[in-house]
Amino acid sequence: MSVFYDKFERHAHGEGLKGQSTHYCAGCGHGLAHKYLADAIEELDIQDSTVLVSPVGCSVFAYYYFNTGNTQAAHGRAAAVALGHKMANPEATVISYQGDGDLASIGLAETVAAAQLGAPITVIFINNAIYGMTGGQMAPTSLMGQTTATSPKGRNRFNGEPMKMAELIAGLDGPVYVERVALFSPADRKKAARAIKKAVQLQKEGRGYSFIEVLAECPTHLKLMPDQAEKWVKENMVPIFPLGVKKDTTVEPWFKLPTPNFEAEPLLHAVGASTEAQSRFCKAFPTHLNPVDISMKLAGSGGDGAQTAAMLVATAAINEGYDGTHIPSYGPESRGGTSYADVHVAKDEVLNPASPTPDILLAFNAPSLAKFGLTVKKGGFIIYDSSVAKDVKPADPSITVVAVPFTEIAAGLGKLVVKNIVALGALQAATNLFPKETFITAIKGALKEKASLIPLNEQAFQAGMDAAKAFLATKKK
Amino acid sequence: MPILKEKPRPFLVPEYCKGCGRCVSVCVKGCIAFADEINPATGIIPIVLDLEKCTGCGLCIDACPEPYGLRAMAQDEAYELQDPAKLFGAKQSAAPEPVDIPAQQVALPKTQPLIIKGNYASAVGALLAGCRHFYGYPITPSTEGAELMAKLLPKLNGVFLQAVSEVATVNHMYGTGGAGLPTMTFTSSPGFSLMLEGISYMIGAEVPGVFVNVMRGGPGLGNIAPEQSDVKLACRGLGHGHTHCITLMPSTPQEMLDYSMQAFELSFKYRNPVIVLADGYLGQMTGKVQLPAQMVKAGIPKWAVYGDRSHRGNLISSIQLQETDLEKFNAHLEEKYQSMKVEARSESYLTEDAEILLVACNTPARAAKGAVKSLRDLGIKAGLFRPITIWPFPSKQLQALLPKIKHLVVVEANAGGQILDELRLNMSQVGVEKLPPITHVRRFGGMLPQQTEIVDHVKSILAK
Repeated sequence: MSVFYDKFERHAHGEGLKGQSTHYCAGCGHGLAHKYLADAIEELDIQDSTVLVSPVGCSVFAYYYFNTGNTQAAHGRAAAVALGHKMANPEATVISYQGDGDLASIGLAETVAAAQLGAPITVIFINNAIYGMTGGQMAPTSLMGQTTATSPKGRNRFNGEPMKMAELIAGLDGPVYVERVALFSPADRKKAARAIKKAVQLQKEGRGYSFIEVLAECPTHLKLMPDQAEKWVKENMVPIFPLGVKKDTTVEPWFKLPTPNFEAEPLLHAVGASTEAQSRFCKAFPTHLNPVDISMKLAGSGGDGAQTAAMLVATAAINEGYDGTHIPSYGPESRGGTSYADVHVAKDEVLNPASPTPDILLAFNAPSLAKFGLTVKKGGFIIYDSSVAKDVKPADPSITVVAVPFTEIAAGLGKLVVKNIVALGALQAATNLFPKETFITAIKGALKEKASLIPLNEQAFQAGMDAAKAFLATKKK
Repeated sequence: MPILKEKPRPFLVPEYCKGCGRCVSVCVKGCIAFADEINPATGIIPIVLDLEKCTGCGLCIDACPEPYGLRAMAQDEAYELQDPAKLFGAKQSAAPEPVDIPAQQVALPKTQPLIIKGNYASAVGALLAGCRHFYGYPITPSTEGAELMAKLLPKLNGVFLQAVSEVATVNHMYGTGGAGLPTMTFTSSPGFSLMLEGISYMIGAEVPGVFVNVMRGGPGLGNIAPEQSDVKLACRGLGHGHTHCITLMPSTPQEMLDYSMQAFELSFKYRNPVIVLADGYLGQMTGKVQLPAQMVKAGIPKWAVYGDRSHRGNLISSIQLQETDLEKFNAHLEEKYQSMKVEARSESYLTEDAEILLVACNTPARAAKGAVKSLRDLGIKAGLFRPITIWPFPSKQLQALLPKIKHLVVVEANAGGQILDELRLNMSQVGVEKLPPITHVRRFGGMLPQQTEIVDHVKSILAK
């Protein structure tokens, strides 16, 4: 009996008789279930690896008694906590010990989810058809007609039928072993002890989730003598909650988790961090656009690629050793409406990443021009897709307007999706934000895993540049 | 030939009998009966044994629910009442003194900056901090964090588990954190509300864990655009009981990484959850993120319930049934919270000669920073005070700036002034009786205060 503590120090500091007595009432089923569980742990030689999760309910203090690792969970959450332990240490034997209110009422979602997940934990479910700890209220498993503190005239249809948990759990795919047992006769007690041991063993062997429902007596709240309570369980509960194995599948051991990796190289590789220095092409910060912080707005409709283009600009800036930020507009708008991005390129630090008054507007459609055209700063740039918008006039004569048919050019290249790259080419030629190589490097970086697309993108960029140059040349004339 | 064993006969210390009588009904020989008198030590009528006819069948022992109730004992065996170990045999194994397996620093080579959004940066920070266990429930605008974890954790032999709800999430964290391992989640305001119960339990059981709450608009379902309306939850409403957590408010993707990483360190240092409060804008914002020089290999602290021999004696629990115990525990928590005050952090931007002091956190602090710059260009002596920890509030740092300040402007993204409330409460707690005039710039409903609004507000103050 060494799985129980020598002295129950946690039971009121082990004072008086509490050092060797449980807190359970005379005739309560918990003590027996505890004993059979302790026997199973001892016989399977897993005391050191066992983590017992105590619930909320009368067995909230299971940790007073079991000389194992112990965790006490919030009401209904024991199975979720047990999974947390099992994932932390797959070698641990994790047992979730719960009553009917905890498991079948407040914790139903966690109970069912853990069972269906099927990871090998052992759930011991004590069903005594009544709430013990709070003092005799109706349980999810109270019987029809049963009088409790909250069903004073007996449980009726308005309270619903009792929850048959073993059948419910057995109906799921996850569990490997589900049995309902009882405690009212020597033969049933033997079966209960055997079932509990098997449930723990299946976990020890990594075979899966098991669930043992124990029909238990609560003489105190049934207001019966202990022997009458045994009789009550036998005569009233068993017909509703039939005993026996509900599910028992043979499963090969499967549950294994690898040892977490804490080496630098795999982590750097996973997050895509490179130790190679990035080539730089900028001779100086493009102060002709703004002395310290260039503010941009890239706007179109969903699918125009404004966000990708924005990301490429921010990436280009950071590759050059500057600061760069990109904020997408998101939410319902990004699904069909205007999709826009705020981009900043700063010499040292982007103070405010929003672009309420941009230096540059890159517009993919007419609504974007309508929405943001007037916000562009004096001396700024508007570069727009002249395939879909015509004759854009600036609000201020100091603003340079560049019309490039992004869509037509992209269509000419046979791939509409590159219109944002055409746009970036136009941006480069119109503003000289960064040298062409800076953009191309950023584009190549983004297409690392789709290298075959690089030539097309380079072509698109060049076409955008050429078109913008041609437009500006015409304008000068 | 079978070896004949002596069949054990029952033995009982009457004080440990609850008098349920389960044993009485199973004894076919009628050896067991209730006593005639109440045991004065227990107030219970115990059973008495008359073993003359006992066959040693053991059914009574199997039927006794008490660990130290009816026991098997060889005939004429002696026992000592006060030493059950002696009475019931030697222990199977003694739980040894638990030992700390300390976390280790692992050097990282210098790398090019990552260009990633805030949510991703936070996830990378968690990985660097040694977190290999993620639990979460998808919720906009924090979902990318969970998605990246789902992608990266398997590559690092870690565990990603999509929980059935935020309630399950925080309880998975309670289990893994209780086992002594770094664990975290990403969530957003409605999900954070659901986690508060579990956070209270984690605090009560002194379990570490990191919660990244990418705040969105509320109340209720609200919307998925950014707000800062969970400041009150993080500072004053972490579930029931006397609860506090260090709460960090990053304002750049770089800080999302840095503070997420620091959050783990703080969480284990104080054995308490730590909250990273971001806003939806920051979660989606892409920027330059430099990796640190070192990452962490997780250890196992000595208090953990890991499920091994060395930690067997441990308990993770928030119950203190006796009032004096709970009072003592709350005093311990309060002392811990006081000791966390050394972690109060802030950033001051152009505050040396500032007369107008903006106070802001997260993304609004960046708009405010931009506003300070614009105001300075106009010759207005503006500065920014940015609490990095909103709890503990950087009271001393703010107090030091106050003498020169003529006007405070609190910039925040919620309707009621939650950051302002923290400022006032904390200033009063450090004995600041008179604050300069305070006004505010607030946007909410999913919109953030804009730089231009802040500049206009300050100009309007000065015009008065």
